[in-house]
Amino acid sequence: MSRCYTITKEPISIEKTVGLVSRPEAGAINTFIGTVREITEGKRTLFLEYQAYQSMAEAKLAEIGEEISAKWPNTKTAIVHRVGRLDIEDIAVVIAVSTPHRADSYEASRYAIERIKEIVPIWKKEHWEDGEEWIGDQKETKAYSAGKPEKEDFS
Amino acid sequence: MNKILFFAGLQEKMGKQSIEIDASGQSVKQLKDYIEQEYNLSKVHESMVAINEEFAPGEETIKENDTIAFIPPVSGG
Repeated sequence: MSRCYTITKEPISIEKTVGLVSRPEAGAINTFIGTVREITEGKRTLFLEYQAYQSMAEAKLAEIGEEISAKWPNTKTAIVHRVGRLDIEDIAVVIAVSTPHRADSYEASRYAIERIKEIVPIWKKEHWEDGEEWIGDQKETKAYSAGKPEKEDFS
Repeated sequence: MNKILFFAGLQEKMGKQSIEIDASGQSVKQLKDYIEQEYNLSKVHESMVAINEEFAPGEETIKENDTIAFIPPVSGG
């Protein structure tokens, strides 16, 4: 089960990730594929560098899977996130969610990517033509006044 | 002893991934103050803290052998 929630330095296989959640009870597998975008707000990215606190990140990915199972019954989730240097169009993250019926798989997949951006210790460094910077706070949640990320209610 | 981990921009400012100090008995807040003064790293105050891989608000007391990680705002996905 632990291989369903992985941080890896290697290119991610979409097919293998989907295979982790495929099962007879499922009538839908939704996949989300996060890729490296070249242009953000007019600025050209040359490449990205991702870093993770691997052991905690994998535990938090598993926690997201547990949250999904609690919200949408009979769901199976796999999340693989890549670290290291990634070039434009490279795959940074693959989420696969299988559910008996399709509506839940869309919602759960969306929930997973939003939660990754809140609670999983992974960081992205942008390398532009004219500089570089570690990016934080993508969701504009500001500093963590409660000392930790707040749970958002997606239900 | 306690292992203190740094990531992303904090790691670059520190010039290393981790340090080992005895922080047992201190609160998370006291440790942040210490790191800020000792290493001139004011950005620790914008970070969350994880104790043994679990997010910890400011008031926890650090115990012997706890691993403390400073978690800057995350940007995965």
